[in-house]
Amino acid sequence: MSADTPELSSRFRMQWEEAQQAWVLLYPEGMVKLNASAAEILKRCDGKRDVPALVADLETAFDATGLEPDVRAFLDMARQQQWVV
Amino acid sequence: MSSPTDRPGPPLWLLAELTYRCPLHCAFCYNPVDFARTRAEDELDTEGWLRVLNEARAQGSVQCGFSGGEPLVRDDLEVLVAEAHRLGFYTNLLTSGVGLTEDRAEALKRAGLDHIQLSFQDTTRELNDFLSHTRTFDLKQKVAQTIKANGWPMVMNCVIHRLNIDHIGQIIEMAVALGAEYLELANNQYYSWALLNRDQLLPSREQIERAERITNEYRAKLGDKIRIFFVVPDYYETRPKKCMNGWGNVFLTVTPDGTALPCHTAKMLPGLSFPNVREMSVGEIWYDSDGFNRYRGDGWMSDTCKSCPDKEKDLGGCRCQAFMLAGDATAPDPVCDKSPAHQVVLDAVARAQQPGAVSTAPLVFRDPKASRRIAP
Repeated sequence: MSADTPELSSRFRMQWEEAQQAWVLLYPEGMVKLNASAAEILKRCDGKRDVPALVADLETAFDATGLEPDVRAFLDMARQQQWVV
Repeated sequence: MSSPTDRPGPPLWLLAELTYRCPLHCAFCYNPVDFARTRAEDELDTEGWLRVLNEARAQGSVQCGFSGGEPLVRDDLEVLVAEAHRLGFYTNLLTSGVGLTEDRAEALKRAGLDHIQLSFQDTTRELNDFLSHTRTFDLKQKVAQTIKANGWPMVMNCVIHRLNIDHIGQIIEMAVALGAEYLELANNQYYSWALLNRDQLLPSREQIERAERITNEYRAKLGDKIRIFFVVPDYYETRPKKCMNGWGNVFLTVTPDGTALPCHTAKMLPGLSFPNVREMSVGEIWYDSDGFNRYRGDGWMSDTCKSCPDKEKDLGGCRCQAFMLAGDATAPDPVCDKSPAHQVVLDAVARAQQPGAVSTAPLVFRDPKASRRIAP
């Protein structure tokens, strides 16, 4: 468990689903369809980047600023759901 | 509410019922009572299943369950899992654990199997054997260890009914001791063999309330260690379940002989023909067949359902239950207290409140002999 460098849990598999035109999280007998911003955050939860680096990366990629509160709120939820450790 | 002419979403869930052969004889089995009409030689062969997997994946199926009967009876299971994995499915094996040797577990791991759901009948050896009719309890403990050793998430499923519901605390304790991360306490649904045995299997209200209370106590005590799902039996509800999350909405079952169904038990419904994957592609089956289109939308609904403010929540409940209990597959699910046939459910529930055994009739165990006797 690392609060500093969030990582997608090994219990979930993330993949692009052509038929749904969406990224999904797969787990035993279940699936979560991700919206675009959730997918972009989770793609960057590689256990190496800390949250400021993750936010900086997103802000560069999407030419945006001030994303940190939203990213932190999402990561809190994702940890509660155990998607992210 | 969508009309039948709206194109449904993809068949996200593929349940491959590879065989009806099974070493167990559970009195609550959801396989059709006439399962013995499907002989081993009627089963889809390896090539047939590989085609189904490819076609379903191309249509957007992403969760694949290998079930049965006991899917480990098929010696091509590893081949099918490997193909499903290669195609990008999340692969689930639903098993009693009988036949899951260490060698087969390792082969399935190499094939890319993502998850095993291990079913348990109860925690006490005597009742476990009584309900499944074979001596499998020790084996399941061993299988649970094999599952953990291969790094799979450990998901246990226990069908709950009148004869084991009072052991709920022990069942949870055992799941924890075996390292389960998920535990499904699935109250029996009364279809097929379980319907034959309903008087013996339906718990009393008091039993259910006690079981729920104990489950909640364990949830509070165990926290994140294990996620426990407790599914209340629908007979005790006043609104029906949204069966299969909607007819032909996400779920596609292929039975051992290749018949495609919107749910495991839909074959019982009269006046409906369901396509076979030997004759029709999965795409045509899903989007164009009469069997899958029949109960989509709300055009088929009775006025009771059509005018109900809850109709989008439950879509009128289960078509099979309507047929079994009200004799009409288009009727409201009799679990609903607005159903004209609701009394049938109330009567069964009233009988279940008696202390002790409700019926002196012996349990009918699911085996080919009983199947041939009941459905010759």
